[in-house]
Amino acid sequence: MTLTNDVQKSPKKDRWAAGVTPYAEMGYWDPDYEPKDTDLLCAFRITPQPGVDPIEAAAAVAGESSTATWTVVWTDRLTPHEHYQAKAYQLDQVPGVEGQYIARIAYDIDLFEEGSVANLTSSIIGNVFGFKALKALRLEDMRVPPHYLRTFQGPPHGIVMEREYLDKFGRPLLGATTKPKLGLSAKNYGRVVYEALRGGLDFTKDDENINSQPFMRWRDRYLHAIEAVNRASAATGEIKGHYMNVTAGTMEDMYERAEFAKEIGSVIIMMDLTIGYTAMQSMSKWARRNGMLLHLHRAGHGTYTRQKTHGVSFRVIAKWCRMIGVDHIHAGTVVGKLEGDPHMIKGYYDVCRERFNRANPQTGIYFDQDWASLAPVMPVASGGIHAGQMHQLLHYLGEDVVLQFGGGTIGHPMGIAAGATANRVAVEAMIKARNEGQDYYAEGPDILKRAARGCPELDAALEVWKDITFDFESTDTPDAVVSATVSR
Amino acid sequence: MRITQGAFSFLEDLTDPEIEAQIRYALQNGWAIMVEYTDDPHPRNSYWDMWNQPEFDLTPDEADVAMRDVNACRDARPNHYVKVVCYDSSLGRQSSRLSFIVNRPPEEPGFRLERQDKADRQMRYTIHPYAHQDPVGRRYGNRDAPRA
Repeated sequence: MTLTNDVQKSPKKDRWAAGVTPYAEMGYWDPDYEPKDTDLLCAFRITPQPGVDPIEAAAAVAGESSTATWTVVWTDRLTPHEHYQAKAYQLDQVPGVEGQYIARIAYDIDLFEEGSVANLTSSIIGNVFGFKALKALRLEDMRVPPHYLRTFQGPPHGIVMEREYLDKFGRPLLGATTKPKLGLSAKNYGRVVYEALRGGLDFTKDDENINSQPFMRWRDRYLHAIEAVNRASAATGEIKGHYMNVTAGTMEDMYERAEFAKEIGSVIIMMDLTIGYTAMQSMSKWARRNGMLLHLHRAGHGTYTRQKTHGVSFRVIAKWCRMIGVDHIHAGTVVGKLEGDPHMIKGYYDVCRERFNRANPQTGIYFDQDWASLAPVMPVASGGIHAGQMHQLLHYLGEDVVLQFGGGTIGHPMGIAAGATANRVAVEAMIKARNEGQDYYAEGPDILKRAARGCPELDAALEVWKDITFDFESTDTPDAVVSATVSR
Repeated sequence: MRITQGAFSFLEDLTDPEIEAQIRYALQNGWAIMVEYTDDPHPRNSYWDMWNQPEFDLTPDEADVAMRDVNACRDARPNHYVKVVCYDSSLGRQSSRLSFIVNRPPEEPGFRLERQDKADRQMRYTIHPYAHQDPVGRRYGNRDAPRA
């Protein structure tokens, strides 16, 4: 069957006769196809409209994301079209869900320009997501062949270089986003930065929507923040940093802000996902060239990553961002206020940090992925986390992560520096206990209580946030396992 | 002030059994152990002096061997900062995996922040350890020590 309503139910027509031929019959469905090592592979979750054959739907996705259009064109015959056609080669029903299928589609590497995530995404998610014959479509995962991966720079520095640059090893890094996110004057803003850093955090951060507004222009903010960073560094003997958000309306403005951040001695800048793939790739190259750590705030991703049947999974966004090249990316907290099933988050973290991802239905990874020595990205956990969850954070997220406690630092009853100290003592106590061989996940609350005996700041933090958990069911869960966030 | 470099500087100073437990954890992971010392704790000082060659081949039940290095260094370099560095040579890491201070001078004068005015409200910052008024080897009360 075809995907248009008005097509004649004629006997099978010639491949090249003018008119509409089912995508599956045009070569976009090929169950015998064996993907090549150089192919780019995608797993799509397909929800066809009622009455639409799932195989034809899968073939249509392959067609519309590669060479096809709705009708036969004779100009295909001017090309070795089989080479350029994407091929849907496998279709599986989603277990236990009526009407949803996972289609695996192979694309020849020749379809994509070297080193351009913009071109890659224009192909794969360019047209096809609005296709009428599908009720919904989601890009679940993508296997990028090493041959194509190595045309990308990847992270400007990566986890190892960042740790060597900061001289911080063996524990999660700690950060906080300045709050309130809007309305502070530059001087007051710098005060928050200073207090949080001298209290024990490694980083503070501009929020995604702090750019250059009437209440605080970017240059004034940078100057006060760098004063705070240097004061805190002198007070502690540690390298400290403030993510200076360079997000702006044009590339020229962003370069100007980044250059200024470099000139005044910042170790790190940040940008928002909203600036787009090409702008991010430009900033990545700038950051590599200028020795600047580059943090990415995934502003806006929830509009297309959260719903299980439609959009693009965050694991794919994380892969693209590792290719684009960022040193930090927000990737979920499990226990905080924002969406995140533990297994799915583990999958995102694996995509950021591992040298090789093994296909694993439990974490939503559909394909083996060899990262071909592209540097790993430091994931960032931010949003509704506090010191009392330290054992859970370490358990779920591991050690190579930036834990960002915004409210959990600035909202501390004894002040911002005290909030920072509480977080730092909690993380050091937990790492120490883990290394000593204690069952830190089970004994976490006791470990924290013991650490709090010598630390009134931690004691106060544990008291004020003791009942704060965010137990909501996740919308995006693996098909294999459904699990609620567990807090204890 | 208290310099808070290293993984455990916000906790009470680690006791010898606690230091040994951390070393044992590193050895269980197959990491090498180094002991380094300095009287230049500037945060950009990447090269503390190595007390010994890295201990590459210790088994987890030989943490006491590395502990002897720690104690020998502390004895020979009193009033210095001493840290244990655990090094992971595995593919993709090839870097330090854990480092923590195990000795510090009794008095830590800290750092002076120097500001130099530039144009357009910009400032050039330099962090200067107060102890640097004395030459290497004669800081933090080590006045009688031979010059390094």
